Amino acid sequence: MNRIFSVALNTFREAVRDRVLYNLVFFALLMMAAAIFVGQISLGIESTIIVSLGLSAISIIGLLIAVFIGVGLVSKEMDKRTLYALLSKPIRRWEFLVGKFAGLVLTLTVNTAAMAAGLFLALLFVKRTMENNDTAILVAVYFILLKIAIVVALALLFSCFTSQLLAILFTAGLYLAGLFIHEMRNLSGSKVSPAMQLFFSWISYILPNFENFNIMAAAAHGKSVPESLILQNTAYAAIYCLIVLAAASVVFSRRNLK
Amino acid sequence: MPGLAIQTENLTKDYPTGFLHMKAKRSLESLTMQVEEGEAFGFLGPNGAGKSTTIKLLMGIIFPTSGSAKILGRPISDVEMHRNVGYLPEQPYFYDYLTAAEVLDYFARFYGFSPAERKDRVAKMLKKVGLETAGKIQLRKYSKGMLQRVGLAQAILHDPKVVVLDEPMSGLDPIGRREVRDIILELKREGRTVLFSTHILTDAEMLCDKVGVIVGGKLQGVGRPDEIVGLKSQGMEILFETDATNAKSTAILARAARSGTRYTLRVPEDSLYAALDELKAAGAKIASVSQIKPTLEEYFMHLVAKDRAQAAAVEVGDNK
Repeated sequence: MNRIFSVALNTFREAVRDRVLYNLVFFALLMMAAAIFVGQISLGIESTIIVSLGLSAISIIGLLIAVFIGVGLVSKEMDKRTLYALLSKPIRRWEFLVGKFAGLVLTLTVNTAAMAAGLFLALLFVKRTMENNDTAILVAVYFILLKIAIVVALALLFSCFTSQLLAILFTAGLYLAGLFIHEMRNLSGSKVSPAMQLFFSWISYILPNFENFNIMAAAAHGKSVPESLILQNTAYAAIYCLIVLAAASVVFSRRNLK
Repeated sequence: MPGLAIQTENLTKDYPTGFLHMKAKRSLESLTMQVEEGEAFGFLGPNGAGKSTTIKLLMGIIFPTSGSAKILGRPISDVEMHRNVGYLPEQPYFYDYLTAAEVLDYFARFYGFSPAERKDRVAKMLKKVGLETAGKIQLRKYSKGMLQRVGLAQAILHDPKVVVLDEPMSGLDPIGRREVRDIILELKREGRTVLFSTHILTDAEMLCDKVGVIVGGKLQGVGRPDEIVGLKSQGMEILFETDATNAKSTAILARAARSGTRYTLRVPEDSLYAALDELKAAGAKIASVSQIKPTLEEYFMHLVAKDRAQAAAVEVGDNK
């Protein structure tokens, strides 16, 4: 456990020193501008716009970091050969992978928490008060984080056996496909052949289902989120990450470094 | 009798080549060797001979196609084996956003040292490799030589019984080379086993109890540096000066090679005294007499030439 923690801490330190968290400045400026302009132009839907804009920005920034840093987690260490010295220490390859994953998820958690705080500040500026149903915004942020964790796991998996460019394409492709799971399962009325319908139905259970994590609209309109969905999404993300990390470990444990 | 620190048994490594990885290039062929505990073992060979491949296999960075290896009795697939092994990669590169002290502290964490112990060890290692004043500078500002020192420090940070150094002198200036040599000698004095690869033969002659010569992925021989090239003398060399121009000296000078004001005469061992008498009679002044022995370099060059000739022959055979 200590070894995993050490790798995670170093990954977090790398992200901080490589100025990954500078994106927060962009987010802060976006929220400030939105809070000022929305207050002037909207007709009683200021908070809805702020929440929608804020959650979208949190999601997009988080995804960009997850994909672009995630694909370099292993391949960068292989290319730069920093792994050579590390693997000569008493650390198993899967421990290294889990540490890298945990480090980037930790970075993204800190980043997302800071952005969420910025969103609440902007909301407070517009509404001048906080309400009970604003907790749905927190749940939406939590779901974004779960979604990002799955993306990091996928990026890490591709990072173990392919180039950074291909890993970006594969991860982004899976993410986009994961947004259309519902459509894949409901092709029965369309002109697609039965064989293809069966194929898409099967594959929709293998692909990550990102649709379930999107509750931005509900959060923006102050609707409450059922506890069962929180539990279901938490369990789904945990199990999916576990499976992807196990696959990454199998691939990486057989990988000859350059 | 000392135990075995490192042993390999028919260790072979093929690298897949070609578009679909259908072909394989053999980088190491059936390497069987043993390094005893407390021994300084030099792994010699030209670039691309298979030295780094062997070391990477031992360190678990790559995996063997066939064969096996053990370090201190544990198979190389056993991660716990690394507790007693230190490794300096060739042209080491570390996290450049960290300082030397941070990178050493990071590596020390994997051995389960307490924070106080880590701090103490890091300070000791930085001093040992001469980086005590640069410990708080980020590695991105380090020179190649300084990175090499950080590499050495992380390799010996945990007092390993076996130290594996891949080209430890590469990229170092004469002072740096001397310092690394001193560290290796110190490790030897402390009773640690040192395996290092090099293509600089003087380093091997100076530091090693035993050397293994590898060319073209095949181990060509293992033994003491003097033993491996053969102890048999190839004759005697007499260095002398003369200004005489008599008939006797003219005959000798015709057989000698001139270098400035001095002459070198090579004679068979059993003709040494006759030659000395002849030189005395001719009025020559003897500067030195030494035995001619083949150097490790000559032996090495001979093996490389042989391997290249064999490779060329195989290529010609394939083309027919």
